[in-house]
Amino acid sequence: MPDNKSTHTPIAVGDGAAIPHKSDVGLFTAWRIAFFGSIVLCLFLAFGRPDQYMAIFMFVPDGIWVTFKVTLGAILLAIVFGLIAGLGRISGNRFINGTASLYVEVIRGIPLLVQLFYIYYALGRFIKIPDILSAIIAMAFCYGAYMAEIFRAGIQSIPKGQMEAALSLGMSRRQAMRQVILPQAFKVVLPPIGNEFIALLKDSSLVSILAVSDLLRRGREYASETFNYFETYTVIALIYLIMTLFFSKLISIMEERLNEGR
Amino acid sequence: MKVDNSPMIEVCGVSKFFGSFQALSDISFNVSDGEKVVIIGPSGSGKSTILRSINGLETIDRGRISVHGMDVSLPKTDICKVREEVGMVFQSFNLFPHKTVLENLTLAQTVVRKRSRKAAEEIAMGLLRKVNIAEKAHAYPAKLSGGQQQRVAIARSLAMNPKAILFDEPTSALDPEMIGEVLDVMKNLAREGMTMVVVTHEMGFAREVADRVIFMDHGKIVEEGTPEHFFTNPTHERAKLFLSQIL
Repeated sequence: MPDNKSTHTPIAVGDGAAIPHKSDVGLFTAWRIAFFGSIVLCLFLAFGRPDQYMAIFMFVPDGIWVTFKVTLGAILLAIVFGLIAGLGRISGNRFINGTASLYVEVIRGIPLLVQLFYIYYALGRFIKIPDILSAIIAMAFCYGAYMAEIFRAGIQSIPKGQMEAALSLGMSRRQAMRQVILPQAFKVVLPPIGNEFIALLKDSSLVSILAVSDLLRRGREYASETFNYFETYTVIALIYLIMTLFFSKLISIMEERLNEGR
Repeated sequence: MKVDNSPMIEVCGVSKFFGSFQALSDISFNVSDGEKVVIIGPSGSGKSTILRSINGLETIDRGRISVHGMDVSLPKTDICKVREEVGMVFQSFNLFPHKTVLENLTLAQTVVRKRSRKAAEEIAMGLLRKVNIAEKAHAYPAKLSGGQQQRVAIARSLAMNPKAILFDEPTSALDPEMIGEVLDVMKNLAREGMTMVVVTHEMGFAREVADRVIFMDHGKIVEEGTPEHFFTNPTHERAKLFLSQIL
């Protein structure tokens, strides 16, 4: 991750795509080449070789929408899980702290793919919910554990004096957390959350092994009918690349805005 | 709840340990309504610790502290109620950086005192005028100098209408040329009759404002008396040595 000049302690999370920042000239140029290069390549394939590629481009957009829904749903739910577990990790209550820590440790110790199978089929035995919803819950449950550590680190990066000042004005711990600590912590955790979003976008391809018709699964369906494996997966890879590059750019713009704020 | 002639702050036989290190040993003193007490002493003598114990930012291991008739050390006491009555000003100001100066003053008023936004802003503006910084009401703390920030912090504490204010080395983090403006605000408060407990290295302030000076060393109260007695004729060798080093 490029070094951005944040006023707060940066939280290093080595996941997701590198988010381009203007200060990192090499990466910034690489982003342009990769992003516009893939778009040009897509256009070239679709219109230059329409007989092989046009059909693929017509077939997979449903999957893009599903991938996007899974990613967005999972990240929002993961933020909720992460915030709750992150607050639990700094709680003075031993039971709450223990439960949150156990969640984080157990989840981080099991591969995402195994968890997906587990939650998907385990959940399916007891309740009947749509496949896509159970995939979202499974992804969010896993990413929530990583998110919890981000929130914990973000909250702990706020100087102790902030809590003390709030308490000494008569606020309760809960009020101080809500009014003083969390608003400041959110600014600190936004970059790593953006990173998690990109990582989750890529990992969402794992839900294709469940019965969820995301981008990768649509590709597999197409390829197994037509046997055009090479062409199909070329298109799939390009679409994923364009999506991750697009979102990482969006996040870096948001981050810059935030730093300009004050 | 308060018995009329009982002291505003009562510290009685307080001891505190950090692990095996004894930070406070058997500290007792009272502060009555309207009194100004200055605590001085070398660093590590426990003066900040005792101050922070008064509003429950530190817990104590032995003894009793009561504020306005409420026993801080009892678990059943609502510590928030105590803190509503006792303001605190920190060495590092601790303004909320994500809020404007005005919002710094109105936050606790609306959240804790349940005042309306309008009423809180009126009180806030009055206090900002009082500490001479009304023109910065809509600025963020990062845009203010240290002296300005500390004056805002004092105003923020006053906005809760506290019965007493604790000052924890309020000028120690300031550039020398900004110390005066903060001390002036504090002197004004003293003149208006605010009950104050001040931990400071500003001997001039102690001399001018204090009703009583407490000198601490190694977690104990070594000497206690009027500033006149303390600065001209201290009884203990340790106090004499300390004064000869800083004056």
